[in-house]
Amino acid sequence: MPKPVDLTHLTDVPTDDGHFGIFGGQFVAETLFEALDELKEVYEGCLQDPVFLKQFDDDLRHYVGRPSPLYHAERWSRELGGAQIYLKREDLNHTGAHKVNNTIGQALLAKRIGKSRIIAETGAGQHGVATATVAARLGLECVVYMGSEDVKRQALNVYRMRLLGATVIPVDSGSKTLKDALNEAMRDWVTNVDNTFYIIGTVAGPHPYPAMVRDFQSVIGREAREQIQEQAGRLPDALVACVGGGSNAIGLFYPFINDEAVKLYGVEAAGLGLETGKHAAPLCAGKPGVLHGNRTYLMEDENGQIIETHSISAGLDYPGVGPEHAWLKDIGRGDYVAVTDDEALEGFHEMTKTEGILPALESSHAIAYTKKLAKTMTPDQIIIMNLSGRGDKDIHTVASIEGIEF
Amino acid sequence: MSRISTVLEQLSKQNKTALVPFVTAGDPNPGWTVGILKALVESGADIIELGVPFSDPMADGPVIQKASERALAHNVGLKDVLAMVKRFREDNSVTPIVLMGYLNPVEVMGYDVFCKAAAEAGVDGVLTVDMPPEESADLVAALNQSGLDPIYLISPTSHQERIAKITSVASGYLYYVSLKGVTGSNALDEQAVCNKIKEIRTHTDIPIAVGFGIKDAETAKKVSKCADAVIVGSALVNKVEQYSQDFGAITTEITTLMSSIRQALDNE
Repeated sequence: MPKPVDLTHLTDVPTDDGHFGIFGGQFVAETLFEALDELKEVYEGCLQDPVFLKQFDDDLRHYVGRPSPLYHAERWSRELGGAQIYLKREDLNHTGAHKVNNTIGQALLAKRIGKSRIIAETGAGQHGVATATVAARLGLECVVYMGSEDVKRQALNVYRMRLLGATVIPVDSGSKTLKDALNEAMRDWVTNVDNTFYIIGTVAGPHPYPAMVRDFQSVIGREAREQIQEQAGRLPDALVACVGGGSNAIGLFYPFINDEAVKLYGVEAAGLGLETGKHAAPLCAGKPGVLHGNRTYLMEDENGQIIETHSISAGLDYPGVGPEHAWLKDIGRGDYVAVTDDEALEGFHEMTKTEGILPALESSHAIAYTKKLAKTMTPDQIIIMNLSGRGDKDIHTVASIEGIEF
Repeated sequence: MSRISTVLEQLSKQNKTALVPFVTAGDPNPGWTVGILKALVESGADIIELGVPFSDPMADGPVIQKASERALAHNVGLKDVLAMVKRFREDNSVTPIVLMGYLNPVEVMGYDVFCKAAAEAGVDGVLTVDMPPEESADLVAALNQSGLDPIYLISPTSHQERIAKITSVASGYLYYVSLKGVTGSNALDEQAVCNKIKEIRTHTDIPIAVGFGIKDAETAKKVSKCADAVIVGSALVNKVEQYSQDFGAITTEITTLMSSIRQALDNE
């Protein structure tokens, strides 16, 4: 029997060997263990190193533009008639999303370990752009793997990465999306492990990645926690964030995780509807399994094969999820819900027209759920929603749904 | 003693290197696999590694990825693979079969259920590429309970401490990955391989098989100087792909390749 979880110490995860309850771990081929051990050692050292921490902090401030604002969406809150909604504006970061918080941190680690070449996987292209950006800045070679389906959907980001000097390699195997890009990046890493640092873009993969990416992203929640107390004089009642792999969500949640009164809502992509099977919601409709180096909830068939996912948003189109989310779900600390493509699109338009903010389709999932949630709450209550990225990259997708071609 | 250990011990007494071919179950279609296994035995296989198709074969190069895709096009699952082994065992009780694949299909079936079913079908060993010793206490217990050998990878990057950890749970043989990379890679460095094997032997008496980068008689012969077994995968799977419409051509081609390697190994 597992020990009962002490709900006041939920930040003491993972264990030294990378487990969040039964989730997480290090499920990779033997060749990668040396690199993982090295990464873990260097990373843990950096967490205690004031020089590293100051450099990370300086880069976030002067290069990324942090702290990002916490914005009270008054008009939207009023129109919904429920809770007061505050938006954590990660869309205002350099490169347009939260992804850069993590790539800044990992690139500093790559430099410190002395690797000259960086690889990454990307879905929507935001992580690829954020990686190509830091690689350009540090003068490191950069190779980004991207499913050929996503290369088509996110042509603008592909061109941005190329402008930044990265090599974008379209991946044609499997479902040609994010999971296949991850497979290919793993194959590259196992081959070039001597000189290559793999910057994983989300809180998944083998230990120490889920913990490390969380730690880099938790600047979101630390800032939000201070900002809301400054602006509203108290902690929020609920946090809402979209969940693909789950890095923007865990980044917001983590600094609030021991505050039991703050409810955590992770919003997955229900695609065409959970009942259709065409979605990307492993926490809502999947089962535990092992993929990409960790045990977590997965979308799989009865033979344990990973099944193809569907979401209007390339960044959520992934059959797994970070192991910490799987654990938060199982211990009952996090609530995981899902909204459809159509609901997300509606959220996209509503945010644009009501607040003058054009959100990413990923973040639009959080918007759609915040709408529902706010209406069940009262005007003296507070929701912080993570507006994880801006929507410029999605204009083509939205336009083509409406029959407009440029 | 397990069927794997028996075979390897006999060969060792005769001063022979074992030949271990790899093919993916269900490639190019499920009905041909048992016939292909028989052809491998007739052309000199001592042990057979049978790949369990998986949707996300992260440690495999393009050749074996495509083999998985061809098998999955026929929905070949772990249960089907066990059924193939059972059919193979109807007239072969001597050639050990090792299932090689990824953890998730085994997780979904459940360790105990899988191990019992595998032993019953006539499987001898199990190699799950993405299951390191750190995570595998429960699986190893279940495998041992059913008399199956847990086979583990050791790589050029495995340092002393890891080799010790791996050899403490492994049995049957150790699979030494000859180079950093995925299956089907090139450029095998014979001297480096032999040095590492020497290092591994200071930890264990378990026989050592070498795979990745062995594609013909010449590369097999080089490695056989220090290895107890050589594993040939992508080179055979390439033939299956090339002649995927013609069962007769597949068996002819793999027989030719296997025989040339067998001959090179036996004329040491």
